[in-house]
Amino acid sequence: MPTTRTDRLDIRSSDDVVKVRQQTRTMAVEAGLSLVDQTKIITAASELARNTLDYGGGGEICLEVIHDGSRRGLRLTFEDRGPGIADLAQAMRDGFTTGSGLGLGLGGAKRLSNEFSIESKLGIGTKVTIARWKA
Amino acid sequence: MDRIPILKLGHALLVTIQVDMHDRLATALEEDLTSKIVAVGAKGVLIDISALEIVDSFMGRMLDNIAAVSRILDAETVVVGMRPAVAITLVELGLSLSGVKTALNVERGMALIQSRLEEFNADDED
Ligand SMILES: Nc1ncnc2c1ncn2[C@@H]1O[C@H](COP(=O)(O)OP(=O)(O)OP(=O)(O)O)[C@@H](O)[C@H]1O
Ligand SMILES: [Mg+2]
Repeated sequence: MPTTRTDRLDIRSSDDVVKVRQQTRTMAVEAGLSLVDQTKIITAASELARNTLDYGGGGEICLEVIHDGSRRGLRLTFEDRGPGIADLAQAMRDGFTTGSGLGLGLGGAKRLSNEFSIESKLGIGTKVTIARWKA
Repeated sequence: MDRIPILKLGHALLVTIQVDMHDRLATALEEDLTSKIVAVGAKGVLIDISALEIVDSFMGRMLDNIAAVSRILDAETVVVGMRPAVAITLVELGLSLSGVKTALNVERGMALIQSRLEEFNADDED
């Protein structure tokens, strides 16, 4: 799938989570997403960036404005080399948390995106990819 | 570390969130508000989030906590000015903010708190 712009940011602190939100907004506008769609993908990005920081021990995000024929969209990939997730189905379930959260981040990010995929290996790390297309 | 200012308006506290808060700033606001409610004997807390482009699960939990703690301290929290796109997104995220009172804007939020203050004053006179 052709990409017109790619950006990468480190996620090492809660200030970086703010930067992820800001850069996601900039590129969502570039991809032509509506205000509601921008809000959805920024919120999903905030959830996933915080997971990368809190559970993955930090990592990075890759942001891409993508094209598929005449469709435009934004794809975000979060990657860390943290402990990984033992049971993905359990982690995806609303209300499941090993921290002090509400357990809404992963399930919520999936609902707020058009595409969602997660890969995780114990002791290796976690990679979450989401995309939102211009309606 | 920077802090979000809290204004005192009679028996109410007013917070206008103007920046995209990082998590520590949000946590500091929660602590500052709690001590200020006690210090000034506030009966109401108004939180204006009209400048916020998103509310995620962390900020949602913070708003819920502030509302719960203020209730225990006999103050009512009203969150005002939530953008429509933010409200739509919150529901899809799965956050209902059921413990938080909301109003369209600062004026209406103030009116809610004012009516509670009048009740409080009337009780006082009995
Ligand atoms: N990048 C990651 N690395 C390791 N574990 C993770 C990662 N992301 C999520 N998890 C695990 O999945 C669980 C569920 O994550 P989710 O984001 O849904 O909820 P939460 O972060 O616990 O709470 P909330 O997001 O509502 O504040 C986490 O508690 C954690 O155990
Ligand atoms: Mg989370």
